[in-house]
Amino acid sequence: MSEELHYKSASELSQMLANKELSSVELTKATIARVKAVEEKVGAFNSFDESDALAQAEASDARRSAGKSFGPLDGIPVGIKDNLAVNGQPLTCSSKMLENFVSPYDATCIEKLKSQGAVLWGRLNLDEYAMGSSTENSAFKTTSNPWDLERIPGGSSGGSAAAIAAGQAVLALGSDTGGSIRQPASHCGIVGVKPTYGSVSRYGLAAFASSLDQVGPMARSVKDAAMLLQAISGHDERDSTSYRFEQPDLLAAIESNSGRKWTLGLPKEYFANAENTPAMEPILKAIDFYRSLGCEIKEVSLPHTDYAVATYYIVATAEASSNLARYDGIRYTHRAEKFDAKDSVDIYCQSRAEGFGEEVKRRIILGTYVLSSGYYDAYYLKAQKVRTLIRRDFENAFKEVDALLTPTSPSPAFKKGEKASDPLSMYLSDIYTISANLAGIPGMSLPCGYSDGLPVGLQILGKPFKEDEMLSIANQFEAAHDFKDQHPSL
Amino acid sequence: MSEKTHIDIDYTAKLARINLTDAEKEKLSQQLDSIIGYVEKLEELDTEGVEPTAHPYPVYNVWQEDEVKGELPVEEALKNAPAQRENMIVVPKVVD
Repeated sequence: MSEELHYKSASELSQMLANKELSSVELTKATIARVKAVEEKVGAFNSFDESDALAQAEASDARRSAGKSFGPLDGIPVGIKDNLAVNGQPLTCSSKMLENFVSPYDATCIEKLKSQGAVLWGRLNLDEYAMGSSTENSAFKTTSNPWDLERIPGGSSGGSAAAIAAGQAVLALGSDTGGSIRQPASHCGIVGVKPTYGSVSRYGLAAFASSLDQVGPMARSVKDAAMLLQAISGHDERDSTSYRFEQPDLLAAIESNSGRKWTLGLPKEYFANAENTPAMEPILKAIDFYRSLGCEIKEVSLPHTDYAVATYYIVATAEASSNLARYDGIRYTHRAEKFDAKDSVDIYCQSRAEGFGEEVKRRIILGTYVLSSGYYDAYYLKAQKVRTLIRRDFENAFKEVDALLTPTSPSPAFKKGEKASDPLSMYLSDIYTISANLAGIPGMSLPCGYSDGLPVGLQILGKPFKEDEMLSIANQFEAAHDFKDQHPSL
Repeated sequence: MSEKTHIDIDYTAKLARINLTDAEKEKLSQQLDSIIGYVEKLEELDTEGVEPTAHPYPVYNVWQEDEVKGELPVEEALKNAPAQRENMIVVPKVVD
């Protein structure tokens, strides 16, 4: 039976657990076996602790036997991106800086998953400190795309996306600062959701750019993603940017909205070069599908789209330079052993030189530059004002439509090393995802077809705190297609 | 703006508290100049009178009651320190 388990949906497995057709220990053992079978090819995990996972599974089974199950996630293995704090587990951010760090506490989203009985399963690879679009910036390994092992899985949540696509976890958590959930979800043919900023606590997420970062679910189906999002969202007093909001039951909303005819917007700036974009054909077919359902498809304009990447790389790097100042090699993190210190600053400088990788150094130095005296107004303040214009673009568009449809990424997964020497080219690969983070709106990617045998993702951008509508729109497409049942050969 | 597109890599790296090798300086200077050149496209936009966005939605100060809560035990707090002795973090000796 175990061979059949690794591509089942979380909702199916949850039902099997509830019906006692399966135990969490059996499921967890099957998951571990799958990881052992394919991990050498995929490289999704930085580390995993089999005995800890099995102990969690045994506890889940014991609860269920006693009639005290915590709910639908109880006993389901959930992979965790290695930038989220799990008490007693490594928290490396795929950086030498934190190579030996063990978290002394749980992130809020982890607390929530534990309180619902999920089996926390492994530490998933990422671009160092979530900075990157290919998972090639990890200090430890390069994760491969399960659909083509010569290609990148996307980034920065490439480990999470690859693990789901390869059947190495039932669900996974990622984080999205400029597309880091949606872009790898697109490249790996899975569902990834960036929630509205402030709807999921950032407490316990290693900060990259605090006004942009969001934790979110990655899954093989829309309903599975909804189930995980429901579990982790909500107000948290430990995160001062967390919002109080009323979230409906997402799974119930998906059902009740199944026949709704939406008004969907196509931002003309995203489709300006459609004929030159290799991954556009499945996107256009998906749009036709919604038209066939009776949805109204309207062209809208987001006139400041062309400025989003520039705005993002000022805001994100400025915040990163501030957030990563804490890694100084003194209280924790890597400390240089050999240096000729003239003063204490030398200790920081050498420790940070050894601990950080190239991309992180590049972003810290760029962020320091745009915040430095004489340049702050020209770059950082200017970018924050342009961010307002970008946010207003979405507010205006959402007066006309319920949600926006766009490609998630300009192309399917590219080959390893293809963009490694050209950071600007790499940054431009996030061109369709970045604006949502600047505006704080929710966005998701779901599989909608293939280009040269590689998965292509449709991005849906929703109104703030309207994840129920966004997921409902996605579910209408998924219910009429079988992409969630198609998997890579490994 | 062309005078802005050459980053003073020594000065900025020092501010960022990161030592760079000569090779890194050369490579990063070129890459950062290219990126800075790209982001200068924001100058095309007139943002006179536009309020900056620091957060996507209004954020106000959040105050908590000042009350004692369970703290991290000393051994836990020191567990990740590069070096520790007698409940303290040990740092290298630096003589100015």
